[in-house]
Amino acid sequence: MTTPLAEVASSPSTLRAFLHGLPGVDRVGADARAAMLGTRSIKTTAKKQAIDMAIGMVDLTTLEGADTPGKVRAMCAKAVRPDPTDSSVPPVAAVCVYPDLVATAVEALAGSGVKVASVATSFPSGRSSLEVKVADTSLAVAAGAAEIDMVIDRGAFLAGDYLKVYEEIVATKEACGDSHLKVILETGELATYDNVRRASWLAMIAGADFIKTSTGKVSPAATLPVTLVMLEAVRDFLAATGRKVGVKPAGGIRTTKDAIKYLVLVNETAGPDWLHADWFRLGASSLLNDLLMQRQKMATGRYAGPDYFTLD
Amino acid sequence: MFEYAPAPESRDIVDIRPSYGLFINGEWVEPQGEERHKTVNPATEEVLAEVAWAGEADVDRAVQAAAKAFPVWSAMPGAERAKYLFRIARIIQERARELAVLETLDNGKPIRESRDVDLPLVAAHFFYYAGWADKLSYAGFGRRPTDGQGGSDPRPLGVAGQVIPWNFPLLMLAWKIAPALACGNTVVLKPAETTPLTALAFADICRQADLPPGVVNIVTGAGETGAALVGHPGVDKVAFTGSTEVGRLIARSLAGTRKKLTLELGGKAANIVFEDAPLDQAVEGIVNGIFFNQGHVCCAGSRLLVQESVADELLEALKRRLGTLRLGDPLDKNTDIGAINSAEQLAKIRELSAAGEAEGAERWSPACPIPDRGYWFPPTLFTGVAQSHRIAREEIFGPVLSVLTFRTPAEAVEKANNTPYGLSAGVWTEKGSRMLWMASRLRAGVVWSNTFNRFDPTSPFGGYKESGYGREGGRHGLEAYLAV
Amino acid sequence: MSERTERLSVRKTYKLFIGGAFPRSESGRSYVVTSSKGDFLANAARASRKDARDAVGAARKAFPGWSGATAYNRGQILYRIAEMLEGRRAQFVAEITAMGGVGAKQAGEMVDASVDRLVWYAGWSDKIGAVLGSSNPVAGPYFNLSSPEPTGVVAVVAPQEGPLLGLVSVIAPVIVTGNTCVVIASERAPLPAITLAEVLATSDLPGGVVNILTGSAAEIAPWLAGHMDVNGIDLTGADPELAVTCEELAAENLKRVLRPPVDRVNWLADPGIERMTAFLETKTVWHPIGI
Repeated sequence: MTTPLAEVASSPSTLRAFLHGLPGVDRVGADARAAMLGTRSIKTTAKKQAIDMAIGMVDLTTLEGADTPGKVRAMCAKAVRPDPTDSSVPPVAAVCVYPDLVATAVEALAGSGVKVASVATSFPSGRSSLEVKVADTSLAVAAGAAEIDMVIDRGAFLAGDYLKVYEEIVATKEACGDSHLKVILETGELATYDNVRRASWLAMIAGADFIKTSTGKVSPAATLPVTLVMLEAVRDFLAATGRKVGVKPAGGIRTTKDAIKYLVLVNETAGPDWLHADWFRLGASSLLNDLLMQRQKMATGRYAGPDYFTLD
Repeated sequence: MFEYAPAPESRDIVDIRPSYGLFINGEWVEPQGEERHKTVNPATEEVLAEVAWAGEADVDRAVQAAAKAFPVWSAMPGAERAKYLFRIARIIQERARELAVLETLDNGKPIRESRDVDLPLVAAHFFYYAGWADKLSYAGFGRRPTDGQGGSDPRPLGVAGQVIPWNFPLLMLAWKIAPALACGNTVVLKPAETTPLTALAFADICRQADLPPGVVNIVTGAGETGAALVGHPGVDKVAFTGSTEVGRLIARSLAGTRKKLTLELGGKAANIVFEDAPLDQAVEGIVNGIFFNQGHVCCAGSRLLVQESVADELLEALKRRLGTLRLGDPLDKNTDIGAINSAEQLAKIRELSAAGEAEGAERWSPACPIPDRGYWFPPTLFTGVAQSHRIAREEIFGPVLSVLTFRTPAEAVEKANNTPYGLSAGVWTEKGSRMLWMASRLRAGVVWSNTFNRFDPTSPFGGYKESGYGREGGRHGLEAYLAV
Repeated sequence: MSERTERLSVRKTYKLFIGGAFPRSESGRSYVVTSSKGDFLANAARASRKDARDAVGAARKAFPGWSGATAYNRGQILYRIAEMLEGRRAQFVAEITAMGGVGAKQAGEMVDASVDRLVWYAGWSDKIGAVLGSSNPVAGPYFNLSSPEPTGVVAVVAPQEGPLLGLVSVIAPVIVTGNTCVVIASERAPLPAITLAEVLATSDLPGGVVNILTGSAAEIAPWLAGHMDVNGIDLTGADPELAVTCEELAAENLKRVLRPPVDRVNWLADPGIERMTAFLETKTVWHPIGI
C-alpha cells in the first residue's frame, strides 16, 4: 500500500479511487477457501483449547425490544460465571446491550473484568441524522460502555457516498473517547465481497478498533467467507499502516463446531496473533450454552443435556 | 498459539491382503512367473502388500479374457451396461471412506484430498458415463464418414489396453474404465507399479457388482507389463496417462497398427496473474495449482507468471500463505501436503531443484519440519527464474513452483506458450475481455480462469502439443472409445 | 512475304507454392511429368527437404493470422476458392485429361465435384464449433465451455489418385478450421496441384496458409513427419511403408496422425467430418460464476 492513508479521505474522489483500487474478491474462490478451512478437524486437546478460547471471545448479546433490566442482569451473571457448576470456565469477553441498558450492565458487571458493549448510532438501521447518532453514542459512553458497536450508513455506502460513511465513523469515534469502536458493516446488505473489503478498509481508515459483520437483524448475518474477507483486510491493514484492528463476526453462530471454524479461519488467515479477545470476538447468545455443553462432554465423556445449563 | 492436535483417519477400515494376484476373467489368478513386488506406504516406508508382476503370458491371458467378453458386453443393451456402471458408482460411494484411506496409504496423498477430491470425482465419473451407455446414438458420433450412410449407431472398438499413473490411481482408473465400458468395450488395465492397491480393490468392486467376467481385467506390473499390454495384437485401443517420454514410445510402437490411441501426458502449465487479479484468491489458486497432491499433477500450475507491477506484493502474500501449509502424516485430516509417492520421484524432484539453484534461481521454502521416515519434500518456490532454466521447462512433478514475471498480456501469452507442452493454463484477472483474449491465445487444452485444478466428469480434459491427444471427460471423452 | 509458321506455344513452368509465392526448388531439381501413355507433359519442381522446411516456416508464420481470422472470413475465402476454381474449369479438365485414363466428361465431373466440395467445406467454417463444442454442466459454480481449435501446422500427403478432387478433399478440411498446411502433391500427377495453387494465390487466401510441394513423397514426407514445428500429419497419400515411417517419426513431438485409409477412398462420397476433427483440439475454459 503506497497511498498515504491520511490523504485517502481528503475528498470523495480520492476515497473512491482508493477503495475501488483494492484488489477484487472472487466470490467462488473465497467461498472455496472458507469451506476448505471448515474441514479442519479440531479434536482432543486442540478442541478443549478452542472451546475455552471461544468462550472468552463471546460478546454475550441481547438486543430485543423486550429487553429489561432483569433480563440484562441475568445475562451479566451468566457472562461472569457461564457455568455455575464449574469455576474453571472462563468469563466471556463482554456483554452487548442497547444504550439504555448500559448502566444496568455496568453495575452488574462491576469488578468482573467483563466489558460492557453498547450498540449505538440508531442501531440497527442507522437511519437517522449524524447528530442523533453521535448523541446515541455519547449516551452509551456516558453510561459506562467500554465498547461501542456502531452501524454504518449502508444506504450512503451503496450510493457511493463513501465520504459520508467515513465522516460518520470519524464523528462516532470522537464521541467514543476512550471507548473502543466496533464498526458494523452489515455485510448482508452490502451483497458483494468486493463491498465487504471496501467497507472494511473504509472503517479502518476512519479509525475503527474492530470491524464487525452484522447487526444480527439482517440475513445473512456472519458467514465464514465474509469473515475471511474481513480477516484479510485487517491483516493487510496492519501490514500497510502498522495498526492492528479486531474482527467480530456476529449473528448466526450457534454451535461449537461453527465457533471452531471461525477460530481456524482466524488462525490461518490473520494469524494466531488475532486469537485473543482483544482482537477477535464472537457476537452470539445461544452459542455460549453449546460451548458449555461440548466442554462438559469433553470433561466427562458423556453427552450433555440442555437442562443442566442455564438459559440466561 | 493454536496447535491442531493430531486428527488421524482410522486405517482399521481397510483390509489389505498380504498378497495379491491378477484379476482376470472375474477371478483372482496367480501369475505364471515368480516375480512379485512390494508396495509401500511412502509416508512410512512400511510394506503394505505384495503384488504380482504380470508377464507377457499373463497379459495375453487377460487380453484373451477381455476379447472373449467383448461380444457379450458390446451386444448388451446400453441400458443394461448403464446399470452395471451405476451399480459400480454406488458401491464406490458406499466404500468411499475405505477407498480414500487405501489411496492415501498407497499413494501418500493427504486424506483430505483423497476424501474430498479423488473419491467424489471417481464416483461422479462412473455416474456420468453410466448415463451415456444407452444414449450413444445421441452423442454426435453416429454418422460414418466413409460410407455416406447416416444414422447408424456408433460402435465400440473392442479390447482397450489402459495404462495409468500413480498420482491419482483410482481417479485415473475411473477416467479410463467408465467411458470404455459405457461405449461397450472391454478392458485390461494396468495400474502404476507404486500404487496398485485401489485398482485391486476396484477388482473386488467389479465382483461385488456382478460385472460379467472378463469385462474388466486388472494386471499389475511395471513398464514391461505395460509394454506387453499396449503391444498385444489383440488390443484394439490404447489409452495411456503418464509421462511424455513413455507416451512417445507408445505412439511410435503403434505406428502401422490400426489401434486407436489416446494419450494424456506431461505439462508445464503457466499460471498467469495480472495486476488486477483478485489477489487473495490468486494466492489460493497458485497454492492449489502447484501444491495440490504434492504437485504430482500433470496439469499443475508449475510456472507462475506474475505481472511485474504486483510481483512483490503477490510473492510476499504467497510466502506468508506457504507458511501455513501443514506437511506430514497423510492420514491426518489436517494435512495439506503429504508424502512424495516414491524414492525415485523424490530423487527426481531433488535433482531438478538442485539444478534450479545451480542455474542461479533463488530457492525458498517455509520453515517446515520433515518427518524422519518416508519420502518428503517441502513446498518450494524459485524466484528469479528465466525461461531458459530447466525448472521453467521440465516437468518436475513435485511441490516446486518456478516464478517468472511479465510486463504485458502479449508477453504473458508468449511465455506461457513457449513450451512443448500444452495441457493447462491459469489466468487471473478481474477483466472479462482480457480473460477471454488470453484464453483464446493460450495453446492449452484446459484454461482455468480465476480458479485452478478444477475437474468434473462433464468437462473434457486433455492437451495440445506434447501433452498428448484425445480428451477424457464429457461427450468428447466418448470419442476415444468409439469407432468414429 | 514471309512463310507462315505454326506459332510456338508458351509452356508453363510448374513451380512450388510456398508462402504465397511460386519459387523453384532451392535444390534446382525438377522431374518430368508424363501422361499415362508416357508422353511428356511438363517439368515439375522436385522439392527438397529445405523446401519442406521453408514451407513449414511459411505455414507457421501464417498460422496466427489464419487461425485468428473470423470463421465467417475463412468461409468466405473458401467460397472464393470455389469461385476461382469454377472459372478455371476448362484448364483443369484439360490438365486432367492430358494425364490420360480419364475422358473429358469424367474429368469435368471431377472438377465440378471439387468446386462443390469447397463450397461444402466453406459452409463448415462457422458451424463446426457449434457441432463439436459444448457447454458443460459441471457440478459447481463455474461457467465451463469447450470449443474446437485448430491444431496448428499440418503436413498433408495428398492422395496419389484423383489429382484434383482428392487434393481439394484433403486441403479444405484442414484449413477451413484455421490450420495452415504443407501439402505434398501427387507425385505422378502434380500439375493440377500447381494450377490449384494459382487459384489459391488469387483467392484472398493469405500467403502461407496452403503450401504445395511437388516431388517425391517418400523423400519429403519423413522430413515433415519429423519436423518439430509441425503439429499434425495426414498420411492419406502415403503408401503403407512410408506411412509407418512417418507415423514413427511423428511420435517424436506427438503429432496428430491421420492414418491412410484402409480401403480405397471414394472421393465422391460424403466426406463426413473426420478430416476436420483429426486436426482440431478441444479447449475447455472454466470461469467462476459469482457476484
